[in-house]
Amino acid sequence: MAECHPVGFQWVMEAKARGAKVVHVDPRFTRTSAMADVHVPLRAGSDIAFLGGIINHVLSTGAYFRDYVVAYTNGPVILREDFRDTEDLDGVFSGLDPDSRSYDPATWQYRGVDVQPASGQRDQQFDRLNESADVTEAARGESHGSGGPTIPEGEPERDESMTHPRCVLQVLKRHYARYTPEVVERVCGVPREVFRQVCELVTENSGRDRTTAFAYAVGWTQHTVGVQYIRAASVLQSLLGNIGRPGGGILALRGHASIQGSTDIPTLFNLLPGYIPMPHAHQHQDLDAFVRADAAPKGYWGNMSAYLVSLLKAYWGDAARAENDFCFDYLPRLTGSHSTYETVMAQLDGTCKGYFLMGENPAVGSANAKLQRLGMAALDWLVVRDFSLIESATWWKDGPEIDTGELRTEDIGTEVFFLPAAAHTEKDGSFTNTQRLLQWHHQAVPPPGEARSDLWFTYHLGRIIREKLAASTDPMDRPLLDLTWDYPTAGDLDEPDAEAVLAEINGRDARGAPLSGYDQLADDGSTSCGCWIYCGVRADGVNQADRRTPGGEQNWVAPAWGWAWPANRRVLYNRASADPEGRPWSARKALVWWDGERGEWTGHDVPDFKKDKSPGHVPPEGATGPEALSGTDAFIMQADGKAWLYVPAGLTDGPLPTHYEPQDSPFPNLLYGRQRNPVRHLLPPHPDNRYQPSAGEPGTEVFPYVATTYRLTEHHTAGGMSRWQPYLAELQPEFFCEVSPELAAERGLTHTGWATIVSARAVIEARVLVTDRMATLTVHGRPLHQVGLPYHWGPNGYSTGDAANELLHLSLDPNTHIQEAKAFAVDIRPGRRPRGPAARELVLRYRARAGIDAGTGTGL
Amino acid sequence: MGVRTWIESWPVYRQLTGSDPLGRGAAAKSGPTERLTPRVASADRVVKSVCPYCAVGCGQNVYVEDGRVTQIEGDPDSPISRGRLCPKGAASLQLTTGGAREHRVLYRRPHGTQWERLDLGTAMDMIADRVIEARRAGWQWEVDQARTRRTLGIASLGGATLDNEENYLIKKLFTALGAVQIENQARI
Repeated sequence: MAECHPVGFQWVMEAKARGAKVVHVDPRFTRTSAMADVHVPLRAGSDIAFLGGIINHVLSTGAYFRDYVVAYTNGPVILREDFRDTEDLDGVFSGLDPDSRSYDPATWQYRGVDVQPASGQRDQQFDRLNESADVTEAARGESHGSGGPTIPEGEPERDESMTHPRCVLQVLKRHYARYTPEVVERVCGVPREVFRQVCELVTENSGRDRTTAFAYAVGWTQHTVGVQYIRAASVLQSLLGNIGRPGGGILALRGHASIQGSTDIPTLFNLLPGYIPMPHAHQHQDLDAFVRADAAPKGYWGNMSAYLVSLLKAYWGDAARAENDFCFDYLPRLTGSHSTYETVMAQLDGTCKGYFLMGENPAVGSANAKLQRLGMAALDWLVVRDFSLIESATWWKDGPEIDTGELRTEDIGTEVFFLPAAAHTEKDGSFTNTQRLLQWHHQAVPPPGEARSDLWFTYHLGRIIREKLAASTDPMDRPLLDLTWDYPTAGDLDEPDAEAVLAEINGRDARGAPLSGYDQLADDGSTSCGCWIYCGVRADGVNQADRRTPGGEQNWVAPAWGWAWPANRRVLYNRASADPEGRPWSARKALVWWDGERGEWTGHDVPDFKKDKSPGHVPPEGATGPEALSGTDAFIMQADGKAWLYVPAGLTDGPLPTHYEPQDSPFPNLLYGRQRNPVRHLLPPHPDNRYQPSAGEPGTEVFPYVATTYRLTEHHTAGGMSRWQPYLAELQPEFFCEVSPELAAERGLTHTGWATIVSARAVIEARVLVTDRMATLTVHGRPLHQVGLPYHWGPNGYSTGDAANELLHLSLDPNTHIQEAKAFAVDIRPGRRPRGPAARELVLRYRARAGIDAGTGTGL
Repeated sequence: MGVRTWIESWPVYRQLTGSDPLGRGAAAKSGPTERLTPRVASADRVVKSVCPYCAVGCGQNVYVEDGRVTQIEGDPDSPISRGRLCPKGAASLQLTTGGAREHRVLYRRPHGTQWERLDLGTAMDMIADRVIEARRAGWQWEVDQARTRRTLGIASLGGATLDNEENYLIKKLFTALGAVQIENQARI
């Protein structure tokens, strides 16, 4: 965090100054480690074993926050008789279909609830008949980004004593019993005494009077089990009562200025604004069926039809009417995953012909960078919008494949447009930061030359296309021609008014007046709203994201700086900061509480609960949506109002986090007979995306070292915004790798010399930094050396080097379709890499030595 | 300058008679130092902004003089950053005003070996034509008898560095075009 989010880390240091203990778990020693009380280096790819060990410690010592667990989690809920855990099936859950490589999650449900709603069940069978369940389900898991997926109707059966052998807490105890300190030591390379210290620090600092926070970044998400990494932290934090409370939580440290915003208002294939899922072709025939299948019967997702209809009104205005399903049919439908990696495959097979890159640099920034470039080389046309000539704009004349002879510039038919982009100082707009806070930035000067904002580009591109198609009668063009696309423009450049777009996002009532909150949204077409969770950002017609009351003039919550979704709440689910009766768990951890005299929730933060719903409230029989939430259902977005220790629906790879080895691993899975996540998302075989053999298979020894990628303070992501800045280039002038003195000695690597690093995908070279910061660990009883690779580089700009992403394979998390960039296996040798065709020949020789073919590493 | 002024401006005199007996502050200050001003002092205006790098969201003050951005500093008012910027945020001035930025549209024709110039209006028109054509070529009303009403002919990547309003328009336009392959850095 100190390395990649340095200014945010000041608050960790503030906490430390007030007595907090800081634990840093990371294979490398960083600026964070330097300031931490304890640094725990571990083997990259073993975090579920580590977190599972802490969960086991918490459960076996009874250190969990019992009152919180009973009231606010699904710990007491009883599971079905036919559910089978990994304990019963040696590493897989019930419902695995080996042929389709997918789980049927039916047996994971709570006992005593009806099975899926009629429409959902029908659709699932349709998928199975069409043998598309795996891809369809794979894409569906992530569609529940902001809340819980559907829980079938009915009240789950509970055992408040949590002693029933099939209640969630008991299942959890059995599941994690094997995650002992000895196993953690062998799997993660963390000595028992260090692990015990971490367990004690976490448990001593949790409970009524104290809270512990976990912060993570893509070191947790970029795995074939990435979602389950974060789930493991969720289980732990829910057991310890650390969610919805000040100083608690699981904090995603996100890496781009508005990557949170581009998830909330998604430029993502599987989502519509506000985490409404994109419709699937097989499942949702019309608006009603779609809502029935995806809206939860209880909680705020129960109002999904109001959110969706208001979005359709924002998109299609007067054309969206009740009698035409509010133009629901205008939405394109998914058939499985259409993630960026499938898009590359679609480029290679000629389906996808045109490609826009808007501030992203996949030629060096995406996993298996070569496939990205080959995909672009197969396009008809490519539009690159960026500040400088990034690698994704110039690969056709100076990319690595030109050097190896695999591509020839004259043979590449891709037409390339480079359009310079405006900087943040040259446009109005809002960023959403990592804590869900929207902040408005103002234009200081107009963009230079032909540089334009992406607002300008998108608006005018749409305007021109609409003009060209204005006379069309083709039904394909109706959604485009009916689109509301009349934003006011101003100035010499005809720049669209960003605040007018924000006003559309915020939403309007039937008279056109700005809405102040999502509880005003209706499903009868009387309201419009471009993103329901952002409703209120322009309440009273005031740009709330532009509020800048100085921090020194506010309390510690600072509610008058910017605006956080939803409803300017700074801590989600903060009802859980009070006990079931509505009193703070302790005076020093008070955040919101029930004021009995005034009959309302109040506190330092905006309560994340209906203001006048008393703690004792019991919902009337048959209530649905938010009305079905009781006074203690603190997790108001969840379909049962509870934090989930166990996930009965919504995940594709199991209800409980389970340790599997990474796709490419030198070690066998010590915990189960199953090596890898059986339902990980593998792409169709491609000669440039070969996987490696893993422990137990011949050839594993060819790639004996674990590698991981990461960032440095002085550069940003794939370098598009930092390698061209002289200050930053001077601070970190070129690509390097970090290795331990032991590895340097073993392979003859010299400090400041060169190393060649090889995987089954690629060969790269890097300067060598021999350092104790990359500690050699004892894993499975033998020394393990890890190779650290900052991934900021490419050949362009002032600060140059090979791209670490060349080494990566495409084996993805099945829920999120995110690649496993944070744990893979390589070989490293002294000296520079070969040039020209010899580079590819070296990779092919390695593959031959390891016996790699199209089937390697693709087993269940 | 009179003799008295001259003597009183002598650092040793100031050290012995003034409030700085150790001669490490006011007494040692020279005339040129005295006349130094912050480079932001002459700015015409200060524009409130937010750092464009990571997602912490540090506040920035953008100083503008004669229609040019002259300095970018941390905003002390921000309860998030309290005036601090990291090396990247502190290099924002180079990011926004540096010589590495391209200011012109460039074009590489199919099988071409070098960049050519193209004016922005022509480029926009050509891109619009290509979108229309690729969209139609990749159009699918149905897949396996299920209605899809979409195109796989065009795709978009990027958004995490852009504004919410920009992402909103991108998703809205591409969805209306029937495109589903819309992705950004949140996927990786």
